[in-house]
Order: sequence, then structure tokens, then C-alpha cells
Amino acid sequence: MNTTPVNTVDMSTTFGHLELAAPVTTASGCAAAGRELDQFFDVTQLGAIVTKSIMLNARSGRPTLRMAETPSGMLNAIGLQGPGIESFIENDLAWLRDRGATTIVSIAGGSIQEYQELAKRLRHEEGIAALEVNISCPNVANRGEVFACNPIEAGGVIHAVRRNTNSRVPILAKLTPDVTDITQIAKSVIDAGADGISVMNTTLGVVIDTTTMKPALANVTGGLSGPAIRPMAVRCVWQIHQAYPDVPILGMGGIGSGLDALQFILAGASAVSVGTTTFNDPTTPFRVQVELEEALAQRGFSSLRDAIGFAHPLETD
Amino acid sequence: MPSAVADPIRVEAEVLSVRRVGEYFVMAFAAPGIAERVSPGHFVAIAVGGDRSSMLLRRSFSIYRVDPSGSFGGTLEIVVGPKGAGTQWLVSRRPGDMVNLIAPLGRPFSLPVDPVACILVGGGYGAAPMFALAEQLRERGSHVDLVLGAATESRLFGLVEGRRAATTLTTTTEDGSDGVQGRVTDVLPDLIKQHDSQVIYGCGPMGMLQAIAGVASDHGIASQCAVEESMACGVGVCMTCVLPVIGNDGVTRMVRSCTEGPVFFGDQVRWSDVGTVPDDCLGAPTPTVVSAPLQGRGALPDEPAPRGPVSRGGVR
Ligand SMILES: Cc1cc2nc3c(=O)[nH]c(=O)nc-3n(C[C@H](O)[C@H](O)[C@H](O)COP(=O)(O)OP(=O)(O)OC[C@H]3O[C@@H](n4cnc5c(N)ncnc54)[C@H](O)[C@@H]3O)c2cc1C
Ligand SMILES: Cc1cc2nc3c(=O)[nH]c(=O)nc-3n(C[C@H](O)[C@H](O)[C@H](O)COP(=O)(O)O)c2cc1C
Ligand code: FES
Repeated sequence: MNTTPVNTVDMSTTFGHLELAAPVTTASGCAAAGRELDQFFDVTQLGAIVTKSIMLNARSGRPTLRMAETPSGMLNAIGLQGPGIESFIENDLAWLRDRGATTIVSIAGGSIQEYQELAKRLRHEEGIAALEVNISCPNVANRGEVFACNPIEAGGVIHAVRRNTNSRVPILAKLTPDVTDITQIAKSVIDAGADGISVMNTTLGVVIDTTTMKPALANVTGGLSGPAIRPMAVRCVWQIHQAYPDVPILGMGGIGSGLDALQFILAGASAVSVGTTTFNDPTTPFRVQVELEEALAQRGFSSLRDAIGFAHPLETD
Repeated sequence: MPSAVADPIRVEAEVLSVRRVGEYFVMAFAAPGIAERVSPGHFVAIAVGGDRSSMLLRRSFSIYRVDPSGSFGGTLEIVVGPKGAGTQWLVSRRPGDMVNLIAPLGRPFSLPVDPVACILVGGGYGAAPMFALAEQLRERGSHVDLVLGAATESRLFGLVEGRRAATTLTTTTEDGSDGVQGRVTDVLPDLIKQHDSQVIYGCGPMGMLQAIAGVASDHGIASQCAVEESMACGVGVCMTCVLPVIGNDGVTRMVRSCTEGPVFFGDQVRWSDVGTVPDDCLGAPTPTVVSAPLQGRGALPDEPAPRGPVSRGGVR
């Protein structure tokens, strides 16, 4: 730890009613519920743990192969494997609470009603700093169209979750980049009551195995993540911040160093999540946080907040 | 599940040696702090390609040998069969180079309480963990038959060492270039009878493990198999490495082979269903059919029929 006062940066950041002591979190699905990573670094030191998206019922996920490595990235089709909300509350949430970690719970559903049930079930649980609503899920009622690809459905989910969540618990809507105009989706979730936006989820891809001459993944398509998608993710943050400068953004996509994180902050993110690079090195989220503070200090920032959106031209009325 | 969870650490390890043995490379690393935590069956995950590598995912290897008292403050050895870019990079390291490794990972083999006769089977580089296991079993008084099998002689690993570590050594090759021509399972029934073996330990390709587990259950004895599933994180956070395993409660779950395995009891793995999600698995999609073609983004025209209503598009 750096003790020289000149180098200390106020790293705190806000999402609605939530103040995070530090701006780096794990990315949903890349840290389970924090327990495994706690072997490698103190998870309470991180801004927050964003847990793997949880659904109402236990879910087996997809068949294997679920993963293919790609240049500076990977394709995954896990299929939201998880134990269901009751087991999550009993085991994972309880562990995070006992451990004293700041926890952002990610929820996922196949219908607006499922999201609503999840929100209701979580409403009276202690130790939830915020909800992240993963709307990159197929809408069963709408022939599998992903909620986050349809402004009305996306807004519908957020509205239902907002109505059933304590008003002091912020809600982040997690968007997919696989849309024509991400600011349109952003607008509808903000209008529906989202306190912030998480961006981006993975982008769809296919890898063909040239030995078998078949798709590498059992599911054919998978979500691309890792440093390969970083410029795309920074673009999403940039566009949303430009359109809605007052809406806090949790930025993610290929962050593996403090400077990577700084790009997101300068583009307009209030905090960042570290996902795929955790697989390369389980200490990455913590290292990113330390490096980000150094990078801000080196650039003369005394507060993270001053750096948010710094890359944008000054507003002229 | 066999044995307790490991307490892994992450270290920058110096490459001490790279030695070619048949089609494999034996690599030794100075890995302080790791050796004393390792039991046979644990694995190590190694970052490949250097600091600015485009290969993000670690490669996993069974731990072959450890020496806590080595002159380098603890050493660790693996046996690498070069496959793609990651393993090629690894075996082209030279003494003095540094690599980042995380170990020990996973649950190791568990040892029987009584000194019963055991059969250890290693397929190809799957032989790696068997020598240390043989030694530990013999120290406890077990009779140990070691069977090493491969497609051909150059892919048999550790014959000299095997002869020393085990009570008996049998080799099999599919082309007959060494030992018995055929597969490891061809020699198992006789070995089981000879010494009334009670446990078979296996490490190697999934097909071989399935066959071993089958022989064991046919003879009413136990088997423990170290599986090899594709892994993205190796530490239990990503859910890529799962396979269908029957729990003690009789319920099948998709379980992580990196943390709950890689060693499983042979009769708990649903070998024929590996690569699928069995319909009776906890949380399996309800087998209803989506009739209309999907129009959502991500619906590709040539995708196979979805298993259930929510099985498409939701890749995130
Ligand atoms: C628990 C465990 C123990 C293993 N022990 C050994 C060992 O002792 N010696 C040895 O030579 N190999 C071992 N393997 C297999 C080894 O991890 C793969 O051969 C290696 O990852 C291939 O990497 P690559 O870059 O050379 O090949 P590529 O085919 O280019 O790899 C591409 C991607 O697929 C993954 N992958 C490819 N093949 C395998 C495989 N067979 N198993 C798991 N992931 C794979 C890689 O990790 C990588 O992410 C083990 C695997 C596991 C899971
Ligand atoms: C293996 C894996 C599983 C994921 N699971 C989820 C999930 O359950 N919910 C979710 O909202 N995002 C999930 N994601 C997406 C990540 O949270 C993140 O948005 C995306 O991977 C981009 O960030 P990255 O490049 O840092 O990984 C997953 C990503 C990966 C690689
Ligand atoms: S490899 Fe990530 S959970 Fe097993």
C-alpha cells in the first residue's frame, strides 16, 4: 500500500443510493460467488462481488463443450448453470454476508414474471448492495428473443424488478452489444427505473473446429469475451455516457489491467467489472483495482470521480 | 467425492529442466510452497504464451512428482504431450525461464483405509500421477499392480520408474509395439483375480476411464478416475468443466471437474452421458419443443433443434 499522501486517490464511486468504496468488481459468471477467488485475494477489498446470474430454479446449463479459446478471448455457452435462488440465498449470499463482501446480486429469467419473482424473493434479504439484472436471456414468451434486444421487453423487465425492490437498492440493467443502437435500449431501461447500466455482456460468435469440421461448442453459438472485445465495450460505454451523462455505468469487456480499466472510466464508466481475464489469473480483479489507483494518481487525479467521462469533449451549451 | 479440497497458491516458477521422453516432455519447475501441499491426483494450471499472450486460458496438467526438500526450495514436475499452441510454447521453455503456475488444484485420489491390493492404470501421459500414488499405497502395505497403456510404445510413459514404484508392471499397446497387444482393460480381469484387488485407480483418456469404471463395477470393486475435461479457469469460477455425476443422494448434477474432481468414483460418473445434459439431471431443461423458428438475434439457421424453450440465444 502506498502511504505517500500525494498519491492517494479517493476511489469511491456511486450508483444511485449505493456508494462503493472502490470501483472494481468481478463480472457476473466469472467469479461464481466469490468464495473460490477468496483463496487468492481478500474479496472484501474489491468494490463488489457481482455474483453469477441466478435464476428461480436450479439449472443444469448446456452440454459440453461449453468453451473455446479464441485470440485474446474465449467463446462460452455455459447456459446459466446454477443452483436456483433458494440455494443461492442459503449458501452463497450467506457466505458473502458472513465474509463481509460488498455484494451485487445478478438475476436472470426467462420471463418478466421470473425476474419479478426473483426480485420479490431477494427483497427482504440482507447484504445486497445492488441488483444487476442480466437481460441477455431469451424471452420464452417471445420465441426466445433476447430481452436486451427489444426496448419494450427490456424496459418491462426493469420496471418489474424496480417495483419489487427496496428503493434504496439500486438496479443495474445489463445490456448486450448485439443491437443496432445501444442507446435506445439504454433509454428504455433508464425510463423503466434502472439506476445504472452494466455494459457489456458477451457478443455472439461461432468457432468451427477444423479437425472435426463441426462447430466447436455443443451449443454452436457462444458469447465472446475477453480483451478481444474491449474496444467494442469501450464504445458502448462511450455512447451511453454521451447520451445519458448522469446515468452511472458499470463498464466491462476485456479488462485485464489498470490502464484497461482507466479507458472505461475515461469513456464514462463509474466502475468496472473484470471477467474473463480472471481465468488467466485469479488475482486479476484485485490487481486491476490497485493499478487503476496508481494510474489515476500518475495522471494527477485525486478522485476517481473526476476521471469519469474525462475523455469526452467538454459540454458546450 | 474423494479427499478434501486443495489450498492452491499461485507462483512464478523457474523452469529447471525440460527432458524429452518418447513423445513427451518432462518439465521440472522450482515451485516453492507447493510441493508440501500436493497429493497424487492434484493438478497444476499453467499460464502460457508469456505476459502479452493472446492465449488467455491456463493449461492443466496432472502433477507427476514433487520434492519439498529439493535444493530449489521445492520442485514440481509434469509430463507434457504437446498438442496445440499452448503446450508447444510450454515445452519450448528453457531452464531459467519463468512460468506462472497455480497448484495444487482439485481433489486428489483417496487412499483405502486398509492395505488392500490396488490396480493403477495410466493411459499415455495419464501415467503421470500413478508413480507417486503407487509409492504411497505400497508404503501403507498395499500390493500395487501398475498397468500402463498407450497406442504405441513411444507413448508409454515411465516404464523404468513404474517397475520400481509398483509391485508389478504390465504394459499394453494397441499396435503391440510393447507388452500386451490391446487395451488396458484386456489385462484387468486377470489382475483383479490374482490378488483380489479392491480398487482400480485410473488416469487417461475419457474412453479408457469409462472402460475401467465398467470393469471395476463388473467385478464389484471400487474405481477412482481422474477425468480430463476442457477447463477455462481451473479454480471453480466458470462452470465450463462440468460432467454429469450422481451424488450420494442419487441425484445427477453437472459438477465441476476442476474443484469436485478431477478424481471421481467411477460409479458416480455417467460416462455415456458425458457431453450431454441427461434429462433427469438436476435443473435439466424440460423437454418441450419450440415449434416456430426463432427470430431473436443469435438464432442461426443451422443450429440444431433446441433442447428446451430457453436453450437458445441465452449464451451469456
Ligand atoms: C485435469 C487435467 C489434467 C491434464 N493432465 C495432462 C498431463 O498430465 N499432460 C498433458 O500433456 N496434458 C494434460 N492435460 C491436457 C492438457 O491440458 C491439454 O492438452 C492442453 O490444455 C492443450 O493445450 P494446447 O494449447 O496445446 O492445445 P489447444 O488444442 O490449442 O488448446 C485450445 C484450448 O482447449 C483446451 N484443451 C485442449 N485440449 C484439451 C484437453 N485434452 N483437456 C483439457 N483442455 C484442453 C486448452 O486448455 C485450450 O484452452 C490435462 C487436462 C486436464 C483438464
Ligand atoms: C464463462 C462466462 C460466464 C458468464 N456468465 C455470465 C452470467 O451468468 N451473467 C452475466 O450477466 N454475464 C455473464 N458473463 C458475461 C460477463 O459478465 C461479461 O459481461 C463479459 O464476459 C465481458 O467481460 P469480460 O471480457 O471481462 O469477460 C459471463 C462471461 C463468461 C466468460
Ligand atoms: S474450469 Fe472453471 S469451473 Fe472448472
